[in-house]
Amino acid sequence: MRPVSSIIEEVRSEARLIRTFRLDRDLDPKPGQYLMLWIRGVDEIPMSFSGPDSITVQSVGQATEALFKMGAGSSVGLRGPLGNGFTLKGERILLIGGGVGSAPLAFLGEKARSKGLTVTSLLGFRSKEDIIFQERFEALGQVLITTDDGSYGIAGRASAGLKELSLFDFDQIYICGPEMMMWDVISRTREHGAKTQACINRYFKCAAGICGSCCLDPDGTRVCLEGPVITADRLLESEFGRYRRGPTGEKGPCRG
Amino acid sequence: MPSLSIHAGGLDLANPVLLAAGILGTTGASLCRAARAGAGGVVTKSVGSTPREGHPGPCIVAVQGGLLNAMGLPNPSYRHFQEEIDAGRRSGVPVIASIFGSSPAEFAQIARALQADAFELNLSCPHAEKYGSELGRYPDMVESVTGAVKAAADVPVWVKLTPNTADILELGLAAQRAGASAVVAINTLKAMAIDIETGYPILGNRFGGLSGPAIKPVAVRSVYDLASQLEIPVIGVGGISSWEDAVEMIMAGAKAVQVGTALQEGYGIFEKIALGLQNYLERKSMTLEDLCGLAWRMQH
Repeated sequence: MRPVSSIIEEVRSEARLIRTFRLDRDLDPKPGQYLMLWIRGVDEIPMSFSGPDSITVQSVGQATEALFKMGAGSSVGLRGPLGNGFTLKGERILLIGGGVGSAPLAFLGEKARSKGLTVTSLLGFRSKEDIIFQERFEALGQVLITTDDGSYGIAGRASAGLKELSLFDFDQIYICGPEMMMWDVISRTREHGAKTQACINRYFKCAAGICGSCCLDPDGTRVCLEGPVITADRLLESEFGRYRRGPTGEKGPCRG
Repeated sequence: MPSLSIHAGGLDLANPVLLAAGILGTTGASLCRAARAGAGGVVTKSVGSTPREGHPGPCIVAVQGGLLNAMGLPNPSYRHFQEEIDAGRRSGVPVIASIFGSSPAEFAQIARALQADAFELNLSCPHAEKYGSELGRYPDMVESVTGAVKAAADVPVWVKLTPNTADILELGLAAQRAGASAVVAINTLKAMAIDIETGYPILGNRFGGLSGPAIKPVAVRSVYDLASQLEIPVIGVGGISSWEDAVEMIMAGAKAVQVGTALQEGYGIFEKIALGLQNYLERKSMTLEDLCGLAWRMQH
């Protein structure tokens, strides 16, 4: 598909270096799906949906910095929605978010709530100033917040909040955040791996399942097409949490 | 059932349907997946002498009848690629390492350092400055690069040719003169697409290469011309997405075929093509050898 032109209707600051961009089109995405956002003249980058017509972006590099210079009325190109999103299952669900990775979970939680599911959220942030979507999550049900520096909620990483919950109470668990945060959680909760859906990140180039830059070891799963949502039991058997390939295809450490 | 196994370009292949270069060939795991899905051989993503991140996005655009891409030869360099080739070889099918460079010496340096079942020389990528078709459109350069790799490697050397030239046969003859074991035709056709909302060329590199069904007739004609004139085998590639396409390409003179863009449909494509080819041969009571170059023998 050619990129579709779209106007940014609204830009909202959520926290330091995190903004939500509301677009003039509802692409009817499933939570966990993503779009390829073309910032003309700069690059095309993958972004998860934080709502049916919005993306929530952390400024981390050249393309996102260029996006942060754009205001309401600016035009971008869109390809999507792409990939396999989250699948809602059961009656009681747990959302585990880390940083800006909480954004697709807020979208998922709202879908779940509208279907009558009971939603509990465990969200981890670096610091009080980094918290996003607290009100959105609180509107869904019980919320536990952790901060690495202890400036709000439970002190520690997201996994510190696991002690407050019994994962057996949940029919399905959804997780999205920095890779090491997700690894920390799923490697401590192995017995729940089959019911844990993780939205992960790899280097996407084509976003069409043919270039091979995002393939996971050892089975060659194409994350851009067959993911980005993959169950934790499969991730525990993969390269996830141990290494990842960068733009050149060379293996490097998992950051974050 | 008729046999699909062949000996082509110095390799024994269980079937003549191979994974094309640049498609799902960055990792060993991904090469193995194509092998498990039924590919008779797999060609890696092209590797060069230094790491490259490739072009900025968008790197692909779907257009009518095909796909435009300008990946820009992203690769970790040959120094970090042997482990991927080794992992791919554990699948049991031949792994053909696609390599690129800007000079005969650079090609030879890479070929000396890598262990693979064969090399495919990327003298045809249409969108990377100083590489690919910028060398490969000159017969003299095709000849010297091929000769340099032949001298550096003790495995078969395939040369992938560009259709972005007035006479692809000249390029094939040059590869043959230098001792290539096969030529592979064709790489993508130089092309571009423009965003009519703003006038921006869509690809980050502005232009790229067109693949998919749109280029199949060009590939069939190129293979026909090459195979009818060369003594070395021709591997046909360009827009093959069904067993019918494979039959057509083999009738044009291809000994084997490569599949790339059609992988968009999924890995099932290998089995689908091989099975269709086998059924066809059975129905026609023909062998692959009977089919190869049949079109040359049919005169009006």
